[in-house]
Amino acid sequence: MVSGQVLIEVNGLKKIFSDAENRVIALNDISLKVLEGEIYGIVGMSGAGKSTLIRCINRLDTPNEGQILYRGDDILLMDRNQLLTTRRKMGMIFQQFNLFMQRTIAENVRYPLEIAGVSRKKADQRVMELLEIVGLTDKATAYPVQLSGGQRQRVGIARALASEPDVLLCDEATSALDPMTTQSILDLLQDINRRLGITILLITHEMAVIRQICHRVAILDGGRVVEEGSVDEVFLNTKSEAGKRLFGVLPEQSSEDPGVPSLRIVFDGAAAEKPVISTLSQETGVSVNILSANMNHLQGKMYGQMIIEKPVSEDENKAVIDYLLKQGLTVKEVNKP
Amino acid sequence: MSWDQLLPLILEGLWDTLYMTIPSTVLSYLIGMPLGVLLVITSKEGIRPMPVLQSVLGVTINFLRSIPFIILLVLLFPVTRAVMGRAIGTQSIIFPLVISAFPYVARMVEGAIREVDHGVIEAAQSMGSTDWQVIRKVMIPEALPSLLNGAAICMVTILGYTAMASAAGGGGLGALAITKGLNMRKYEIMYSASLTLVAMVQIMTLFGNQISKKLDHRIK
Repeated sequence: MVSGQVLIEVNGLKKIFSDAENRVIALNDISLKVLEGEIYGIVGMSGAGKSTLIRCINRLDTPNEGQILYRGDDILLMDRNQLLTTRRKMGMIFQQFNLFMQRTIAENVRYPLEIAGVSRKKADQRVMELLEIVGLTDKATAYPVQLSGGQRQRVGIARALASEPDVLLCDEATSALDPMTTQSILDLLQDINRRLGITILLITHEMAVIRQICHRVAILDGGRVVEEGSVDEVFLNTKSEAGKRLFGVLPEQSSEDPGVPSLRIVFDGAAAEKPVISTLSQETGVSVNILSANMNHLQGKMYGQMIIEKPVSEDENKAVIDYLLKQGLTVKEVNKP
Repeated sequence: MSWDQLLPLILEGLWDTLYMTIPSTVLSYLIGMPLGVLLVITSKEGIRPMPVLQSVLGVTINFLRSIPFIILLVLLFPVTRAVMGRAIGTQSIIFPLVISAFPYVARMVEGAIREVDHGVIEAAQSMGSTDWQVIRKVMIPEALPSLLNGAAICMVTILGYTAMASAAGGGGLGALAITKGLNMRKYEIMYSASLTLVAMVQIMTLFGNQISKKLDHRIK
C-alpha cells in the first residue's frame, strides 16, 4: 500500500564522469521522491543515466553533488557502518543477475543472512521461505549455471529479499530475459510489492515494463528528469520528446537518417517449429539478409524478434511477407537505423 | 648400476625435492596470497582503491620477479644465513625459494581474483558486505578453481627452481641429476632423476586441473 510517506528523496543529484579529455555529465540536477509502498519506474534510452542514478542510491557510485535521503538520513553523509546497515535495508537485483556461481541456490539466498550474523538454523529456515516465495524450492541444491535466466533472476530476487529490505532496487532486471520470462518476473515483482509491501524502484529502457507494473514514472533524458508523474498521466499527455520516443509516438530515429528499409518479424511462440528463414528462401526463392535477431528458445517454441532486410522488388517483398504471415508470424515494415 | 643402487638414490632425491617444494609453496602462498588480494582491491577499479600503495607493490613484485632464481639464490646468501642459520643446504634453500616464488604467487592470485565478475562483487557490496566479507566470502570462493590451477602452476615452478639447489649445496632430484649423474657421467642416474621430475610435474598439473574442475560449479 502506498502510504504517502517519502522513503527515498533525491535532491539536486549531479554526477560527472571525467578523464583527461572528456567530461560527461551523467546526472544533471536530478530530484525525485519515492513513496513508501509504491513501484517507481525510471525510464530512459541507454545513456540517459539511469544506471548511474540507481547505483548512486545505494552508493555503489558516488555522485559529485546532491543529497540522497533514506527515511530522512543522507546516504552520502553516512559513515561506513551506517552505509552497510542502510544497504541491508535496500535489496538490489541486476540485469545480469550477478549470482555467486560457486554457491548453490540456497547458499546464494543465505549470503545476506550470513553476513548479518543470523544463526545457521534460522537462516536455513528463512532461505526455504524465500525460495517458496519465488517458486524455486526444488532448486535449493542446484548451482546457478544449471538454471535458466528467469530462474536466476528469481534467485536474485530471493537473495535481495533475504535481509527483509524496505525497498528493492531493480537495475534493468528484465532486460536480459525473453518476453515470456519478463512477464513472469514482472508478475513476481508486483506480487512482492502487494503482498510484502516492499517499495520497488526500478530502471528500465522498456516502456512496457513501466506501463505494466509501475505506479509512478520519471523519464530520464540526457541526465535530467524531463517528465515525472503517475504512469497514466504521463502516458496520456506525454510532453517531452524523450517520452514521446519511448511511448512510440515518435519514430525512434531522427528524420535525417531514414535507416535501412527492413521487415521486423515477431516470434511469439505460435510459429511452427522449423527453420523459418531457410524454408523462406526455399519456398519463395528470395534470399534474405538478417540484420539483427534477438531470439529465445523456450519449451520448443521461438520467442523474440528478427529484423531482415526488405527485398528491393515489391513482388519479392510481398512473397516474403505472405509467406511469413502464413507461418503465423507477425511482420511489420520498419526502418532499421 | 643396478636398480638396488639406483632406487634409494632416487627416493632420497624425491624426498629432498618434496621437502623443498612443499614448504616453499605453502610459505609462498602465506605471503603471496594476501599480496595478490591487496593488488586487486587497491587497484583503481578495486573495492579499496589505493593507487600509490598499488603501484609501489606492483613495482616491487615485478622487480623481485625479474631476478633469475640462480642469481637471487647467491645474492641472498647473507640473508639466508641470518634467517635459516646457514646459507647452504636443502633446508636453507627454502628461504630463497620463498623469496623468489611469493611475487609469482601474488601475480597468480591477482590474476585469479581479477577474473571474478565485477557485478558479483557489486552485488555483495549492495547487500551490505564489509570489504573483508567480500574478500573472504566472495572473491576467494568464486576464484577458487582458478586459484587451485594457479597453485599447481606455482608448485611446478618452484619444483623447477629446486633443480638449481645443487648450486647452493642442496639435495633433491635436480642436484642428483647434475652432481651424481652428469658430472660423474652416470647417465642412468641423470635420466632416472630427470624422468622422476617429469613425472612429478605431470602429476601435479593433472591433480591441480582435476581438483580445480571438480570444484568448479560453473561447469554443468
